[in-house]
Amino acid sequence: MNLAVLKTVKMYVGGAFIRSESGATAPFYKKGTKEEIARVCVASRKDFRNAVVAAKAGEKSWSTKTAYNRSQILYRMAEMSQGKQDELVNLLKDTMGMTPAAALKEVTAAIDTFVYYAGWCDKYQQVLGAVNPVAAPYHNFTSPEHMGVIVHIDSNSFSLAKLVDNICAILVGGNSVVSIVSPECSPVVTTLGEIFETSDLPPSVVNLLSGDYKSILSIISEHMEVKGISFQNEDKAEYYELRSKSVDNMKRIIPNKLDTRQSLDLVLDFVEQKTVWHPIGY
Amino acid sequence: MFDVSIKVPGGDKITIPHFPIDMIASNERAKSFTTRSIKKDSKMDALLLATSMVDLTTLEGMDTPGKVKQLCGKAINPISPEIQQRMSKYDNFREVPKVAAICVYPSMVPYAAEALAGSGVQLASVATAFPAGQLPLDIKVADVKRAVKFGATEIDMVIDRGAFHCGKYQKVFDEIIKVKEACGDAHLKVILETGELKTYDKVRLASWLAMEAGADFIKTSTGKVSPAATMPVTHVMLQAIADYYDYSGKKIGMKPAGGIKTSKQAIHYLCMVNETLGPDWLTPDLFRFGASSLLNDLLKQVFKQVTGQYYYDDMFSLD
Repeated sequence: MNLAVLKTVKMYVGGAFIRSESGATAPFYKKGTKEEIARVCVASRKDFRNAVVAAKAGEKSWSTKTAYNRSQILYRMAEMSQGKQDELVNLLKDTMGMTPAAALKEVTAAIDTFVYYAGWCDKYQQVLGAVNPVAAPYHNFTSPEHMGVIVHIDSNSFSLAKLVDNICAILVGGNSVVSIVSPECSPVVTTLGEIFETSDLPPSVVNLLSGDYKSILSIISEHMEVKGISFQNEDKAEYYELRSKSVDNMKRIIPNKLDTRQSLDLVLDFVEQKTVWHPIGY
Repeated sequence: MFDVSIKVPGGDKITIPHFPIDMIASNERAKSFTTRSIKKDSKMDALLLATSMVDLTTLEGMDTPGKVKQLCGKAINPISPEIQQRMSKYDNFREVPKVAAICVYPSMVPYAAEALAGSGVQLASVATAFPAGQLPLDIKVADVKRAVKFGATEIDMVIDRGAFHCGKYQKVFDEIIKVKEACGDAHLKVILETGELKTYDKVRLASWLAMEAGADFIKTSTGKVSPAATMPVTHVMLQAIADYYDYSGKKIGMKPAGGIKTSKQAIHYLCMVNETLGPDWLTPDLFRFGASSLLNDLLKQVFKQVTGQYYYDDMFSLD
């Protein structure tokens, strides 16, 4: 007998699966129907605040890991998501109404994306960094470094592979992430959280919230601990609101790159270039 | 349970009540204080009040005169002029008060006294072989006298938990009496180290013993033992203070210390004080927080209340 249990999709913050502190949830309907198949948590302003506090702690443990270890952990995510392949495929079929073939394609692309970025962790610094010629007796190096807490606002057009792509690109550089996943994608939040939780990723490095980012847009843009925002939406008005309200700490706001997948450009978006002058000894 | 008979100076005997405390009910009651909704103006009042109640503490083996001086500067002016200026542009801006006191080791007292001179911030020194309290009484008394001589206005003493657990309550009582004498005009806070007393019955007994012996404040912990201050244990002590006030008419202060790191926790404690002892105790003269990182969180939340913006964690000095 197959008993359908109505699920509550919890959020993943600070290495724990939590409900919204406000208690707010929203029904999630199977795509194209009025059949309620899950309740999703709706993150509040305080949930966001708590997630940033967690991410700030996660940033320390993640950015100080060796690049090689970060690679291993991202690769482990691919392993764990492959273990959950059937679960993810079923989830996409049941909640998004995808065909089995399309769901499998999506999940396979997501797993491939983990592997792609796992490869970059210990290589991006060589590729994006440089030894600069200078007209003085100095070595002059530029190397990319992590920025800090990056907020990722997910696209409204659902794609698991793209969600994974955006999060991993931010992780590669050593940043921590607060990702606000759109209501359309929220059923995958718990499963994705489970993948992060079981892949040796330190708790708090990735924090997944679900719900409506619009109600907390100004809080996000004015929060001084947030160093960058990956805004994966088309809405120009919201983009300019984010920009204008975040001038206080000059956040880097990257507008949507809907077609860019598996690219070093996405890693480059959230690293700071640091240049060092070192005297040449004689 | 047996009440404890104690001989007071002069030869009279007094009885220290010793009775069981319902642990489950205490825990439940303490938990209930965390459900109050304190918002907007009340929250701002609570944050500023809590700031004025902080005993800004540094008790590390690697404390230096420089660190202590810097902490004193922070006690007098908790926020920098730049941040003050930023906040003052808003209509709901209110002055951030000084903290109640600085709490340091005896060897740091002279430096702190110099840095705090004329500021109105009290200078508390731990003494009596803090944190273990395992030294002979004459050395403990000398420790206290020295701290007072160099400018400490408050003394945080530890009780001898070893003696307490052996049932040598008279010894514990006599030590507090001697230390109180050595304090002179300085206020005496008696640290029970509740994490080592284990049961609420013992906490209640030790609280009453300390109050009878002349403590001006009773304090939960040294901060060196886990668990440090918890809400239930603080509640047991607050209730003891309430009962002692009914019994003797004396108002004894309370200082939870260790483990209180967030504004939210601090507000929970204030609710508990208000509902157990009443608003008379909501003053730095009768309630303190022994803390270090709490202050930054309070300031951060004050900034958020005034400006509506979450600011950098390290906007304020790092200690």
